[in-house]
Amino acid sequence: MAKRIEASNVSSYYGNFKAIDGISMTVEPKTITALIGPSGCGKSTFLRSINRMHEVLPNARIEGRLTIDDQNIYDPDVDVTAVRRLIGMVFQRPNPFPTMSIYENVVAGLKLNGVKKKSVLDDAAEQSLKSANLWNEVKDRLNRPGAGLSGGQQQRLCIARTIAVEPQVVLMDEPCSALDPISTLAIEDLMFKLKDRFTIIIVTHNMQQAARVSDKTGFFSIDKTGDPGRLIEYDDTQKIFSNPSEKKTEDYITGRFG
Amino acid sequence: MGDYPSRSENATAGDLGVTESHTRAAGLGVSPSSYEEPPFGGGGALPKKKRFSMESGFRGLSVGAGAMVLVIIVAIAVFLISKAVPAISADKENFLTFKQWFPNETEPRFGILALAFGTVLTSVIALLVAVPIALGIALFLSHYAPKRLATPLGFVIDLLAAVPSVVFGLWGRDVFMEPVRNFSEWLNKYFSWIPIFGGDGPFGRSVLLGSLVLAIMVLPIVTSLSREVFLQTPGMNEEAALALGATKWEMIRTAVLPYGKPGVIASVMLGLGRALGETIALALTLGVVFNISFNVIENGGNSIAANIANAFGEANETGRGALIASGLVLFAITLVVNMAARAIIYRRREFRDSAA
Repeated sequence: MAKRIEASNVSSYYGNFKAIDGISMTVEPKTITALIGPSGCGKSTFLRSINRMHEVLPNARIEGRLTIDDQNIYDPDVDVTAVRRLIGMVFQRPNPFPTMSIYENVVAGLKLNGVKKKSVLDDAAEQSLKSANLWNEVKDRLNRPGAGLSGGQQQRLCIARTIAVEPQVVLMDEPCSALDPISTLAIEDLMFKLKDRFTIIIVTHNMQQAARVSDKTGFFSIDKTGDPGRLIEYDDTQKIFSNPSEKKTEDYITGRFG
Repeated sequence: MGDYPSRSENATAGDLGVTESHTRAAGLGVSPSSYEEPPFGGGGALPKKKRFSMESGFRGLSVGAGAMVLVIIVAIAVFLISKAVPAISADKENFLTFKQWFPNETEPRFGILALAFGTVLTSVIALLVAVPIALGIALFLSHYAPKRLATPLGFVIDLLAAVPSVVFGLWGRDVFMEPVRNFSEWLNKYFSWIPIFGGDGPFGRSVLLGSLVLAIMVLPIVTSLSREVFLQTPGMNEEAALALGATKWEMIRTAVLPYGKPGVIASVMLGLGRALGETIALALTLGVVFNISFNVIENGGNSIAANIANAFGEANETGRGALIASGLVLFAITLVVNMAARAIIYRRREFRDSAA
């Protein structure tokens, strides 16, 4: 199921603006990796580079090499939609399709991939919603609009939608920043559960969250506004939060960041 | 009303409070200069609400504007009905089922059926031609064209909407008719086994010509409104579809089209409204024949509005009443179409509301 992601010397650009510079890291299968750092330091850009969502924006491009189990993600022959199916993504704000019901939202990805059989879709919807810890709350109203759920439920719905297509890797871009603490806890529980099946990379501003959920943590930073973001330190979460090697990491984690 | 007391009231009412707090303020070490203007919250007695204010003035104006719509509608309806009823009662034939139009004779005989049929037929064909093209253009402008191209192209389309309909009519009659006639003859030669392309001619001033001219007129309305709706699709929904592995077209089908559907329906209805009511362009391009035929390429066709334009000049008292009665029928058709459209839009209203 889960696959290894390897980045070597990845730089991403928006037009002429270099957003991240020379990121190298290896993410092992079935682990949770947290990316932390101040706003604008390129965490999200790096995350979006992994599933090629970066290039959706006009004039966006990357340099360097990104691989999933040694296959080059940016190989010109690779089908970009296949990459995104393999590497799913959960966004900062819950974004269920507003015109679709809960059920339709969950199976939207499968339908895009040509699955038509009702029984297969029904099974997948139930399994994904159960995996996303949402089944018990919505099983009686699958045909109600997905946008009618609470924020936390919507985000779990989006997670269900993402894992319904059986990706290898799940990217999460600040998935809890729009949620209250109880919903956040629900998502974190869910991440532990999903770790058995997927490789998870999560961008978060919440350092306690990074410390709670992740196996490894990468700290990104910029020297000043306009400079590209760099990966300052990447190590076991335990080590980053107790005994970081870099002064900058320590300053950030202890709240003394310039 | 009166929820927001004006500043001047506040100032007067606050005077007492200021002198009081002034003495205390010094002791507390707050600079007295901060009290030169009375604090917004004031003090002392609560200010009375004004009896007459801008608030009630604007309220009256907007209520009046709203009421005026009703008054105008009622006035028009009363006028139409009062003129139409005597003419219809003078009609020697059944107004709803008779196909000919001789209201000016001593024994007036006229009916709406052929005209209503022609109106609906030309409008429906115009929409069948225009809507797919318009949606294609709208999607191209909103999601495919580079911005440098989309902006001027959108401007040109909007310009098309500003061309007066008489210009379209003249162009249709003097320029567009030749190619349409050639096309009709070609259709007749190879496809005459399909009833709508049958007949022996002459061809040219046909339902096809009128409908195509109408289609060109409807095109910019549907295009520019649909483009606006497509552009409003939330970016995060488009990204959600792409992140699930959708191609661009799949993303449009999953996120853009469902989101824009009510807006597209509304734009099509506006286009249909223009097509149904179009007068002079059809008066200039249709063959003016009172019959019911699905043949679209032979000379013929007519519509309620075009007939009013053609016949009003020579109409006597009953004739004018008859034309007004036909106008009432047109009004009823438009009303039914609009209500049907609203029903479609409101059917999945729950989804729209919770999305907002």
